[in-house]
Amino acid sequence: MKRINADQVHFRDLNEQLRNSNGEVELRNVCGQRFIAAGFSRRNIDIHGVPGNALGAYLDGATITVHGNAQDAVGDTMNEGEIIVHGNIGDATGYAMRGGKIYVKGNAGYRAGIHMKAYAEKYPVLLIGGRTGSFLGEYQAGGLIIVLGLYEGQEPIVGNFPGTGMHGGKMLIRSTCEDIRFPGQVTAQSATKEDLEQVRAHIERFCELFGYNVEEILDAPFTVVTPDSKNPYKQMYVQN
Amino acid sequence: MGVNDMISTFEVVRNEQRCIQCRVCETQCANLVHYYHPDTGLMMSDESKCVNCQRCVALCPTRALKIMKNRCRMRENANWSQDTILEIYKQADSGAVLLSSMGNPNPLPVYWDRILINASQVTNPPIDPLREPMETRVYLGRKPEQISRKEDGSLDTKLAPQLQLSLPVMFSAMSYGSISYNAHASLARAATELGIYYNTGEGGLHQDFYRYGAHTIIQVASGRFGVHKDYLEAGAAVEIKMGQGAKPGIGGHLPGTKIVGDVSRTRMIPEGTDAISPAPHHDIYSIEDLRQLVYSLKEATEYKKPIIVKVAAVHNIAAIASGIARSGADIIAIDGFRGGTGAAPTRIRDNVGIPIELALAAVDTRLREEGIRNRVSLVVGGSIRSASDVVKAIALGADACYVATAAVLALGCHLCRTCQTGKCNWGIATQRPDLVKRLNPDVGSERLVNLMNAWKHEIKELLGGMGINSIEALRGNRLMLRGVGMTEKELEILGIAHAGE
Repeated sequence: MKRINADQVHFRDLNEQLRNSNGEVELRNVCGQRFIAAGFSRRNIDIHGVPGNALGAYLDGATITVHGNAQDAVGDTMNEGEIIVHGNIGDATGYAMRGGKIYVKGNAGYRAGIHMKAYAEKYPVLLIGGRTGSFLGEYQAGGLIIVLGLYEGQEPIVGNFPGTGMHGGKMLIRSTCEDIRFPGQVTAQSATKEDLEQVRAHIERFCELFGYNVEEILDAPFTVVTPDSKNPYKQMYVQN
Repeated sequence: MGVNDMISTFEVVRNEQRCIQCRVCETQCANLVHYYHPDTGLMMSDESKCVNCQRCVALCPTRALKIMKNRCRMRENANWSQDTILEIYKQADSGAVLLSSMGNPNPLPVYWDRILINASQVTNPPIDPLREPMETRVYLGRKPEQISRKEDGSLDTKLAPQLQLSLPVMFSAMSYGSISYNAHASLARAATELGIYYNTGEGGLHQDFYRYGAHTIIQVASGRFGVHKDYLEAGAAVEIKMGQGAKPGIGGHLPGTKIVGDVSRTRMIPEGTDAISPAPHHDIYSIEDLRQLVYSLKEATEYKKPIIVKVAAVHNIAAIASGIARSGADIIAIDGFRGGTGAAPTRIRDNVGIPIELALAAVDTRLREEGIRNRVSLVVGGSIRSASDVVKAIALGADACYVATAAVLALGCHLCRTCQTGKCNWGIATQRPDLVKRLNPDVGSERLVNLMNAWKHEIKELLGGMGINSIEALRGNRLMLRGVGMTEKELEILGIAHAGE
């Protein structure tokens, strides 16, 4: 494994060093460097410290593990690969991601999974272990968002306005969501056994990564959220 | 029967003596205006469906057809025009937002037409472009602010990435989806042959067109459609679309009915799902956030490609452009309020934004005042209609122009302004295979090349007339312009003197 000491290294130089390495790479002392591994493929990158915004943007097949928290726009427009965060994560996680998987042990900020897509065999998965801020899955067009609610505190499992503008994909929230207000164009209902079976593999992976028990996690009420229409604006216009 | 069905905008006038009932008009009209009446043996028309695209007129072998403004009019009223009344009827019928296409058609001032170009007389003689070499080539991208030397004392000649254009005109963004495969093929081929660039718009890049990548600007918009590593690497430059002149401040919705086959594959979204480009980029709320997107794209493309930021011309455009120039963008593209569109809410298109002439002058002035003009190139569009508009834009401070309406006109568009219906009879703004095949890319690309070559020659003649032999020497040379019929304020913003001064 190649080790890179990121202390005081500019993001441009850091990415240059990463670009010149193959296989396994470990970054030490990362402190806010942005754009780490933007557009990368075919590497395993282990990050110690806190990477800056846009970690793994346009990611195309690499695996990134963050041993700590991550900031905003992780996995922006990601196409393939895996991002694992052993901590909390900032805003706009997985913005417009089309493929690949993001696993977060802790909480996520605002607008997680915003405008996620799916296409052909590409099916992105965003799994948040804790809770999320407002606007979860806004404009969601495809893929799967799972929020497990493994956190301490009195705040709701998801913030305000989850699924606003949602027109594709699915959200699974480990809660009855009694206090959560969903917008008019989505349907939120109790998850069936089949719903949970479908996503079991992702939850198993989460448990394997972060040391949880699958059965304990599945032994709780889940709410599944899906859009009523993939054409929400059909009736909005008249030809002039 | 609604009240709005009473009045057709157009009237189909058929000369029965010339009509031979060949039914070409019927087969050519995707709007189903013409039909054959077997009992009478005559061609009939339902003019309420006519959009005046002139397709039937152009293809009628006996020149039997004319499309006229309907002589049946509502009572004249200077305040309540017939169009305004019909719009009310449509909304009363549907409860929906009015949707239009192409640029703002209203009689607002066109400043290009009030600006006149200088020519040399007696002193400083004109240059004859037929005899003398004239340079129309321009480079777009960040220019060095000072001369720097390497450690050994030699000049550091490494420049930021540049786009090289054989003439200061590019084809601006039109997505595959809003226009057809054959229209994109025509643009891609013509741009390659001309040594300029065309722009994918936000709909991704069709697999067949990756080979034109060296002459392609790829766009990244709020919906991020079709954006992936290969796409970013394919283009010569990456354009971040923040706004569009025809619809500043709002996003775009390509309806699911148009997301079929190749369009779905190119956008990388499932068939039948609406393609929603939200109004904002969800991660951009400040210049610092914009800088983040600029640099994430630079990192993903290894600093090999210039990054363009495209914005609509709006009220505070000078301050906005100053921010963009400081965000690390290499090129700013500004789209004026007359810019075209495949679909935009009528009220937005007709009422939001400002003229490109004023925006350009304000931005160029501001960037010069702040000493950051060399950090960025300026590209302007919306709408540039001719070689003289290009020359005026360059003299006002632009590095190059974007054209789209002029380009689709060259492809056969008749500006009927109904792109949003997807039934373009000229094969441009449609995905219907039977209509798309009407546009032959061999012919289309040739017509685009002809148009640009003609403009290039006209640009040379205008330059020569001023005694200038290169575009570089014209840029920002506002002394070459004079205004007519403008107020002091307009002249002040444009930074030009009145004719006679």
